[in-house]
Amino acid sequence: MSGGSRIGEVLGHGSAREGVHHWWQLRTTSAALAVLGVWFVIAILTLPDLGHASVAAWVARPVTAVLLLLFVVVTTWHSALGLQVVVEDYVRGRGARVLVLVLLRFAHVLAGAAATFAVLRLAIGGTP
Amino acid sequence: MPTQIAHDEPASEDAAGPRRAAAAPPAPGRQRPLSPHLQVYRPMYTMVLSMAHRLSGVFQSVGLLLLAGWLLAAASGAQAYATAARFFAHPLVRVLLAAWIVAFWYHLFAGLRHLVWDAGYGFDKQVARRSGEFVVLLTALASVFTLALAWRHLGGAP
Repeated sequence: MSGGSRIGEVLGHGSAREGVHHWWQLRTTSAALAVLGVWFVIAILTLPDLGHASVAAWVARPVTAVLLLLFVVVTTWHSALGLQVVVEDYVRGRGARVLVLVLLRFAHVLAGAAATFAVLRLAIGGTP
Repeated sequence: MPTQIAHDEPASEDAAGPRRAAAAPPAPGRQRPLSPHLQVYRPMYTMVLSMAHRLSGVFQSVGLLLLAGWLLAAASGAQAYATAARFFAHPLVRVLLAAWIVAFWYHLFAGLRHLVWDAGYGFDKQVARRSGEFVVLLTALASVFTLALAWRHLGGAP
């Protein structure tokens, strides 16, 4: 069967046909984060201290920078997808739901961009 | 055949009549069946675990802002980092950080349980209850271990 009758498609009530992609991405990012997340927590907690010098030196290491970039991007994406599901489940009213979804997506892109830039700056730009 | 369909329709309506009368009064318009509301369910252990998985996920999303802020402060220089460090040293933030560690492990182990379900295994009632207990146990163990490791960062002198 096609996703939605013709009148449904005209009115925009058919399936958007992206549900499986969303579902699958949430699972693949979760599998990646099961590794990256554990790495991040253990790495942070085994640093000698959390002073600026040690953190900057740690991020500047190539292996750290690559894994940290992956961690930041995948976490942001996983969070955006996950919160989207929660909002779609609980926020009533079409207008409110769309508004919250768009604002959440903006916030995630902003946080992801900020974190990505910070890691790149520390890794490539040298210690500020 | 059109005639047959036209004949069938009133018949099926008649058949549905007494049943509908016996149940709750029919709602007007095109009422869709609703999924059972939360208030109708007796709170169950596996249900609480499922809700905790969502809550721990949402909670960690808030933590993402702090992660971005922390990295940005580190990239901005020692001065900005010192300001951020004062924020992270606040007792309330430290309690939150400890809670994020617990949420992290719970969401990880519960998420792995969900992945196993997605693969089609572990739906048996007994198995689901046991795997839930296993998730809670693993979360407790990993949290205690990690919090002990984090003590000098979270609780100890900065």
